[in-house]
Amino acid sequence: MNASRPVLPVAGALAAIGIWWGATAVFGIRPLFLPAPPDVVAAFRAQPGYLLCETGATLLETVTGFGLAVLLGLLIAVTLTASRTLERAALPVLVALNSVPKVAVAPLLVVWLGFGPRPKVVLVLLICVFPIVVATMAGLTSTPSELGELSRSLSASAWQTYVKIRLPWALPQVFTGLKVAVSLAVIGAVVAEISNPSGGLGAVVVLSGMSFDTPLAFAAIVLLALLSTALFYLVVAVERLLVPWARAIAG
Amino acid sequence: MIGLDRVSRTFPTRDGEVTALSDIDLRVDKHEFVAVIGRSGCGKSTLLRLMAGLLAPTSGTVTVDGAPVRRPRADVVLMHQLPALLPWRTALGNVMLPVEIRRLPRADHRVKAAELLDAVGLTGFHHRHPYELSGGMQQRVALCRALIQQPRVLLMDEPFSALDALTREELATQLQAMHMSAPATTVFVTHSIAEAVLLADRVVVLSTRPGRVRQVLDIALPRPRSFGHSAHVAEAAGYVAELHDLLLHD
Repeated sequence: MNASRPVLPVAGALAAIGIWWGATAVFGIRPLFLPAPPDVVAAFRAQPGYLLCETGATLLETVTGFGLAVLLGLLIAVTLTASRTLERAALPVLVALNSVPKVAVAPLLVVWLGFGPRPKVVLVLLICVFPIVVATMAGLTSTPSELGELSRSLSASAWQTYVKIRLPWALPQVFTGLKVAVSLAVIGAVVAEISNPSGGLGAVVVLSGMSFDTPLAFAAIVLLALLSTALFYLVVAVERLLVPWARAIAG
Repeated sequence: MIGLDRVSRTFPTRDGEVTALSDIDLRVDKHEFVAVIGRSGCGKSTLLRLMAGLLAPTSGTVTVDGAPVRRPRADVVLMHQLPALLPWRTALGNVMLPVEIRRLPRADHRVKAAELLDAVGLTGFHHRHPYELSGGMQQRVALCRALIQQPRVLLMDEPFSALDALTREELATQLQAMHMSAPATTVFVTHSIAEAVLLADRVVVLSTRPGRVRQVLDIALPRPRSFGHSAHVAEAAGYVAELHDLLLHD
């Protein structure tokens, strides 16, 4: 790995902030339309406790929903790939369900589950579960034929084949699904909070919009971006820990 | 040891049935090293899979020790053309896979696995992963994974075909040494005439579509043999020429 690697992304981020700042100054854009970076920082420093508390609420919904989606998604994928027949029958249904815009269900979830955190967690779960199921199924059904033959010639039981060969082989693709899912998780939480602004950073965006407090909305959006990025790299870190060999074969 | 009686095997395809092997009669004696040679698509691999119990013959019978082969047996081990190593396991871990799957005592076999890896020249690489090993080293690990099962019958499906020429010679020479010190009944599929003449007691030449036994040639050369540099270069060259003719005028 190259030691200078973090330098370029940091430089890119700084340049983006610089252009944003420069644009607000050069064109004299009012903070109501586009606040400059210092306005956003000021908005955060005005009420850090409130913003961090709402970040915590969003984080909790996201992580709970994502965690449940991982459990449920792996369970569904493992069940469906247990038999070819089941897999063939279930896959079109899954694809159809996946093409439903889950965001459209958000208001219904409030009707079904009330105003608490539950509909938010469920929306995160709904958004995350499909990429996990699809990626895991793809991983579990992509065992190379020579490894299948190896396990047959060793007279391995179905369970041994699963645990010792198919499941580890699927892990890199499972993580591909997890990375897609974790990026969607924050989106799910925010959409749920916007349709039901009783808490979380999504609610902050809605409420600050109503009071024309654009810098506050931006502060919330920046926190969301940081949250989302942090969660993504957390999954990447777990991936590197659990499947260090995956990058080696892919490269 | 291994017997094939009037064995045929057909495969269904979109354009109807294709006969891969037709009427094969073949006997391999205990501790014998038989090379099977033929052009691509002559059913060499099918032949090995029938002996390994991975495929059933369409007609005829395949026996090992007089018993019909219906499923893979613990004492008959197939080595694939590809190393087929598990990328998340070290060299040693890969060699131990059959031990774990067959629930053999691990501690004893761990020692044996290490010895095997040393014997094929992988000292110092026991804890490396496949992606850290060259193709030749990976195939050596696969050979150790086959040998740890102490096979009475070793079936090898072009095991060196994906390797460069020098590594092939090196591995073939190593295989010969192993066969001389602890002979297992071996059927070795190859398209290399030189490899067949180096290793085999007998060479079975298959014809193409359908695969039939065209000729069986005894290689009466003393061991150890080598590629070139031996007192028997002329005789070896004679066998090579004869096999070459047989394959060319198929």
